[in-house]
Amino acid sequence: MKTTGKGRKAAVADDIGRETRLEIYRLQVELRYCEKRAYDLFLQNLVKGTSHLSLGQEAIAAAFGVAMRPDDWTFCTYRGHAHTLARGSSMTGVLGELMGRSCGLLAGKGGSMHLTDVERGVMGSYAIIGAHLPVAAGAALSAQYRGTEQVAVCFFGDGTTNIGAFHEALNFAAVWKLPVIFVCENNLYMEYTAIDTVTAVEHPAADRASAYGLESILVDGNDADEMYLTAVKYMNRARKGGGPALIEAKTYRHSGHSRADPGKYRPEGELEKWLERDPLKIYRERLLKFGFAEGTLGDIETEAMRKVEEATAAAKASPPPALDLIEKNVWADGGAAWRN
Amino acid sequence: MAELTYREAVAAGIAQELERDERVLFFGEDVAAAGGVFKTTVGLLEKFGPKRVRDCPISEQAIIGAAMGAAMTGLRPIAEIMFSDFLAVCWDMVANEIAKARYMSHGQIQLPLVIRTANGGGARFGAQHSQAVENWAMAIPGLKVVAPATPADVKGLIAAAVRDPDPVLVFEQKSLYAMKGEVPDGEHVDQLGTAKVLRQGKDCTIVALALMVHRALEAAEALEKEHGISCTVVDVRSLVPLDTQTILAEVAKTGRLVTVEENPRLCGWGAEIASIVADECFWDLDGPIMRITTPHVPLPSADQLEDNTIPSVARIVREIREKID
Repeated sequence: MKTTGKGRKAAVADDIGRETRLEIYRLQVELRYCEKRAYDLFLQNLVKGTSHLSLGQEAIAAAFGVAMRPDDWTFCTYRGHAHTLARGSSMTGVLGELMGRSCGLLAGKGGSMHLTDVERGVMGSYAIIGAHLPVAAGAALSAQYRGTEQVAVCFFGDGTTNIGAFHEALNFAAVWKLPVIFVCENNLYMEYTAIDTVTAVEHPAADRASAYGLESILVDGNDADEMYLTAVKYMNRARKGGGPALIEAKTYRHSGHSRADPGKYRPEGELEKWLERDPLKIYRERLLKFGFAEGTLGDIETEAMRKVEEATAAAKASPPPALDLIEKNVWADGGAAWRN
Repeated sequence: MAELTYREAVAAGIAQELERDERVLFFGEDVAAAGGVFKTTVGLLEKFGPKRVRDCPISEQAIIGAAMGAAMTGLRPIAEIMFSDFLAVCWDMVANEIAKARYMSHGQIQLPLVIRTANGGGARFGAQHSQAVENWAMAIPGLKVVAPATPADVKGLIAAAVRDPDPVLVFEQKSLYAMKGEVPDGEHVDQLGTAKVLRQGKDCTIVALALMVHRALEAAEALEKEHGISCTVVDVRSLVPLDTQTILAEVAKTGRLVTVEENPRLCGWGAEIASIVADECFWDLDGPIMRITTPHVPLPSADQLEDNTIPSVARIVREIREKID
């Protein structure tokens, strides 16, 4: 049974709380502005390599960011900027990492696809499709073993549902009832190819859930309230020993797969249709309808832009990493020696 | 000292660490209720219970991925991959994820985990259950690699691996599981990165690993008795970190280096040692470095074929005689 329609009604009716709603909005705005800035910096040739933007998918990251406990764990893919920022990581650290500066979260050693911030529970961004699902299950095993009621949340795209590690991890987590939430951000395209042309079922994650004895959960990934309520519900269940959940959140990325992709394969009018369903637009209109003042929202937007400007300036001013980092931190002793 | 088989010493090593540290847990396929397909983990489930000793589905990626996730969040898991050939199924986890996480995260992520696996030939299992693949792991920065040759070493090196803050792969040679040997009583912890000189000679230094150590020792005995060639035998034990000082010193004493490797010819671990010796003690050498390896073929199954593929005692004796006489 799908929970779609029911979930959406509940989201509007339930009182999520004014402060929580403002926090969800603030995060969405910050993620949007920061991600747009990442793209600008790429156009200025200040962001090298590749980067995968989450423009249009902010509701999922923001909702989970607000719903998670500080000691919960996030596991993301190479499209991980938003999920990292949503846990409170420094914007300067994220932009600095994209720009290969010493102020980067990883001091320039990881890059855009590997953002990690262990202090904030961001246990890594994984650039091989599917790899982090088993890893998240392992973190959940650790939480279960130690009885800490922590939850691991693992975000991935629709393309991941066709790789072996996805299926191994789901079975593994289900059979041991591990506290892990698998969140499939179905943005309709695996990379350049429409997911429905390469997948045997209509809903790439939700339709597979029953194979692992899990409930089929399909939600509107562009509705931050629905995402938030879904996150809270299944994380609470997992904390109490109810086992994993597989959530399919339908969404859309406004940009291409990576910076090299202009997204020309999308049918005409599709992007425009989804821009009408822009999660920020939806949320802003809803908050106004719920009586939030235009000025309150305007202040959040101004403050977010100020943060982005400040982070950009700080990252630009940061020097490149020192060359001695090349041979540091292969091993726990801090070095790279493989012989005596 | 107690006499244990290599397989009993594996179980003893795991048990010692489970006993000592609650953060240690052990999982793999058929390892708990069945005690392992090679009976290397018999009794662990009974002693430590299903929370700490767990049977997994046939899901190598999930097993190794879970070990990684558990290690980065404070546990010290030991994961078993039944046959080392199966590492290819989860090589993404080993080579792309586990090996690189600390480096890429600038030291934020620690992975104190152990992957144990049954490695190598001699059991007539054919090309997909007999490979010696320790050289695969050696080629990836970020992985420590040991391959013990004796019951004492396997217990002590498993213990050292569990206590090490970095990921360690322990390659157990499956043809050695029935071998008996003295194992120190009480707590036994060895040291990674240390080679052992097992026999001292004057004419030639043989450097070997795992099963090949025993064949090298037997060959050295025959060379001495029957041909008057006296050989040093060094058990490398640990490929990463590599005890180059011991190897270089022993080569310098005899002026000859022979590596005996179970790996197929190209890029076996002996090639790296040969390169280090050529670089760093060339002027101590009295003749060319010799590598005795499995030829560059997949391993055949029939006993006559397998016995004539992996370096044998007779072949080691013959090749050393040809070069040194």
